[in-house]
Amino acid sequence: MSVEQPTHFSFDAESEAQISKVLARYPEAKKASATIPLLYVVQRQMGRTTGSAWVPNVAMDEIAKRLGVAPIRVYEVATFYFMFNMKPIGKHHLQLCGTTPCMLRGSDDVMRACHDAAHVKVGQTSSDGLFTLTEVECLGACVNAPVLQVDDDYYEDLDYDRTVALIEALKRGERPKPGSTIGRQTSAPEGGPLTLLDVAGE
Amino acid sequence: MAKVTVDGIEVEVPNGATVLQACEAAGKEIPRFCYHERLSVAGNCRMCLVEVEKAPKPVASCAYPVADGMVVKTDSPVVRNARRGVMEFLLINHPLDCPICDQGGECDLQDQSVSYGMDKSRYREAKRSVKDKNIGPLIKTIMTRCIQCTRCVRFSAEVAGTAELGGTNRGENMEIGTYVEKALTSELSGNLIDICPVGALTSRPYAFVSRPWELRKTDGIDVQDATGTNIRIDTRGPEVLRILPRINEDVNEEWMADRGRFSFDGLKRKRLDRPWLRVDGKLKPVSWPEALGAVAAKLKATAPDRIGAVAGDLVDAESAFALKALMAGLGSANLDCRQDGAAIDASRPDFYRFNTTIAGIEEADALLVIGANPRTEAPVINARIRKRWSLGKFPIGVVGPAGVDLTYGYDHVGEGPATLRSMLAGTHRFMAVLREAKKPMILLGRGALARPDGAAVLAASWAIARDCNALRDDWHGFNLLHLFGGQMAPLAMGFLPGAGGKDLGAMLSGGVDALWLLGADGIDPAAIAPETFVIYQGHHGDRAASRADVILPGAAYTEKDGTYLNTEGRAQISRTALHAPGEAREDWRIIRAAAQGLGVTVGFDDLAQLRAAMIAAAPALAEGFTRSFCMDMSGPAGDADALGDAPFASAITQYHLADAIARASDVMAECARTYGPVPALAAE
Repeated sequence: MSVEQPTHFSFDAESEAQISKVLARYPEAKKASATIPLLYVVQRQMGRTTGSAWVPNVAMDEIAKRLGVAPIRVYEVATFYFMFNMKPIGKHHLQLCGTTPCMLRGSDDVMRACHDAAHVKVGQTSSDGLFTLTEVECLGACVNAPVLQVDDDYYEDLDYDRTVALIEALKRGERPKPGSTIGRQTSAPEGGPLTLLDVAGE
Repeated sequence: MAKVTVDGIEVEVPNGATVLQACEAAGKEIPRFCYHERLSVAGNCRMCLVEVEKAPKPVASCAYPVADGMVVKTDSPVVRNARRGVMEFLLINHPLDCPICDQGGECDLQDQSVSYGMDKSRYREAKRSVKDKNIGPLIKTIMTRCIQCTRCVRFSAEVAGTAELGGTNRGENMEIGTYVEKALTSELSGNLIDICPVGALTSRPYAFVSRPWELRKTDGIDVQDATGTNIRIDTRGPEVLRILPRINEDVNEEWMADRGRFSFDGLKRKRLDRPWLRVDGKLKPVSWPEALGAVAAKLKATAPDRIGAVAGDLVDAESAFALKALMAGLGSANLDCRQDGAAIDASRPDFYRFNTTIAGIEEADALLVIGANPRTEAPVINARIRKRWSLGKFPIGVVGPAGVDLTYGYDHVGEGPATLRSMLAGTHRFMAVLREAKKPMILLGRGALARPDGAAVLAASWAIARDCNALRDDWHGFNLLHLFGGQMAPLAMGFLPGAGGKDLGAMLSGGVDALWLLGADGIDPAAIAPETFVIYQGHHGDRAASRADVILPGAAYTEKDGTYLNTEGRAQISRTALHAPGEAREDWRIIRAAAQGLGVTVGFDDLAQLRAAMIAAAPALAEGFTRSFCMDMSGPAGDADALGDAPFASAITQYHLADAIARASDVMAECARTYGPVPALAAE
C-alpha cells in the first residue's frame, strides 16, 4: 500500500477509558471478540487527534498486542469491514447509499450535490481535505430514502438542495441536527400520521 | 460407531467422523482442495460435495458429520453436476497458465479439473488479477492462481504456530497474504509449498527448473537436523533439484524443516571434488594414489597412540564404523565424535536418546525443556510439541534464555543450572507440576551438555526425571535432543575414546601427531595444535578443510547409501540419489582403500560386509526401531552437585547456517541475510 503509515500509535486517556469498558464485556479467554470495538476506538481517536478517522497499521498491531492475537487476525477483520478506513480520509466522511430504494428516491441527485458542493468524486477526498465521498450499500434507512451518512450521523429524506445546504453547513463548521431533513418524525409517514388517528393521547 | 452406506458399500466409522472419512473408508475418492487431514476443517472450497439421502441439497462431505444409517452417493448425476459447477467457479478467476506454472504435473486443480471440469469455459468476462506478495526468499507467490482454500493460513496458524498469513479484504477482493510485507518467520515455511493445492505458493529456488515427471526420485533421510525426516530427493542428471518430505507418522508426519529442504544447492558449491595434499605449506591437487600414499606414509611413521580420529555431525554410520575399524586395526583408541565437547555418557543408550520418541510426545502431559530451543534445533519435533500443546493440559516449563518464541505458550522457569538445583531440592514450583503429571517429559538440549558442567547438567536432568517419576517400565520421559543426523550413530557404535584413549580436547591440544577428521567441521581449526598432521575427509571445503594436510574428497548424504540414527535412535537408510562430484568417492571406500595402503585388515570388502560387521558390533544400527522404556533408574556418570552458574544458551545461533551444507548454500545465505539479526535502529 502506498499510504504513508505513522510509525507510532498509542491510545490516549479517552480511548483507554473506552477500552476498559469494552474489555469488561468479554471473558478474558475470549477477549479477541473486542477486535471490532477496538478498531472503532482507534478510528475515533485518529479522527479526534488528527482530523482523519482512519486505522493505521501500527494501531492494528497495538490492538493485537492488547488482545493477545496475531496482528494478521486484526488486519483480516479491519480490511473485511468497509467501516474501517485503511487510509487517511477527509474531515467528514460522506457515505452515500446507492442501493435500490435510495436510488429510486433520488440518490443520484444527492450524488450530484456532493460533486457540486463538496467538489469530491466517489472514492476521493476533496482538495481542501474536508470531505471523502464513498458510495455504500444499504444503510438500513430505506424508509426515509435517500440517505447520506456523515461520519456517525444519518441525514435522511435528502434532495439536491438540502444536500447542498447540509454540505455548506458542514463547511462552515456547523453540525445540522441529524435525522430527516424534512421534519419527519422518526420514520413515520411524511406529513404526520395517517392511520390510528383516533387513538387517544396520540 | 455409525453405519454408513456409501454407494452401496456399508462401512462403520466412529461417531463424529465426517462423511468424507466414511467415503474414504469405503474406498471412494472424494476430490478436495481446502480439506487437509492435518489441519482444521474450513469447508470453503465445496469440491467435496456428495449427495446424502434425505438432505435437500448436496453437502460438503469434509464438514458434515456422519449419522447412523446415512446413505451417501458419491457418483450420482447430482454430485457430478454439483462438482462440475464448483470447478467452473474455481476456474473463473484462475489464470489457466499451467504451461508456465511450476505446479504443473502435480497440481490438484489440474488433476481434478481433468476429472470434474468442463472441457471449455463459458466465462467471457475479465478475470481478476492479484498482486504477488513477497513473503521471503524461500516461497514464490503467484497469487492470481490462488483459489483461497486457506490451507496455508491454517497451516501457519495451527502447525507452524506463526500466524502471519491471512485472508484480507473480502469478496472479489479477498487476498491471501501477510497484509504488511514481511518474510515468514517459520522454520517450516517450505511445507506451505506442499500443502498449496495450486501453483500460488511454489518453491523460489525451484522456480522454472524442472517438471515433476523429469525427476528421478530417491528415498533419503535428512541429516541436517536430528529429527531423521524422511525425504525424497529429486534429481535430474548430476543435480539435486529439490527435496521433499515423505510421510512417516512416527517421525515427521508429512512436514520438513526449511534447512533440510532448501540447502541442497550447497551440495553443488564449495565441494571437495579431488584429493589435495599440502606441499611446502600449500595445498596442491594430487591423484588418489598420491593422497592415500601420503596418508599411509604419515600413519605408518606415527605411533598408534599418537593417531586420532574425529567423526563429524553429518556422517553416516557406515563410514564412521569403517574409520573405527581402521583405527582399531592401527591400534589407536583415540576416537571421538563429540565435536561440541558434549558430556554424553554413552554407557547406556537411553542416556543419550530421545526416549519418549517423537510420536510419544503426543502421550506426554507435562514437559520441561532444559537448555534447548527445539524450534531451531529440530523444527519438526517442535511442531509435534506444539501439536500436543494445542490439545491443552500440557504445561511446558523452559530453563534457558528468556523471551524465546517457541510457537507455543510456556512457563519460563529459569535461565540456568540454579533452577535445576532448586528443582532437585524439590522447592521449585514447576517440580510440583511435573510430579503431578502421569507422563512427564524432560527434554534436554545437547547444547546444555557442551559446557564445563555438562556432566552435572546431564546427571541433574536425569535426577529430575527420576524425581518426577518419568523413568518407569511403561514410560521413559528422559530425552536428549541432538542437533544433526550424524551424531547418534557414532555414539551407538562407541566412536568414543577407548581404554587409555584420548578425547577430543586431548587430541586437539597436541595429544596426537596425526588427526583424521571425518567430516568434522564443527571444531575451530585454530584449536588444532600447529604441528598436528590433519587428514580431512569430507564433502565440503568448510572450516576444517583449510587446515588439512591431506584432503580426501568424500560423498554428501545424497550421494551414498548410509544408515542414520535420528535422535530417537531410529535407524533409517538413505539411498544414493546421485554420484559424488569429480573424483570424490563414498567415504567407506576411501577408508577401505587407505586401510589397504596401510596394510591393515578392517574385515570388509564391500558395503554388505561392512553393514553386517557394523550390525554385529552395534545391533542398534540395524534398520528399524523399537521403543524401549526405562528398566534401570541408575543415572549417568556425573555429579549433580557440580552444577555451575552460567545460564544456558541455545546451541544453534543461526538456524540457516548451522551445518557445512547450509553454509555453502546461496539460498541459506539469503535466508540468513533476511532473518539475521536486524541492525539496531539509532535513537528509536
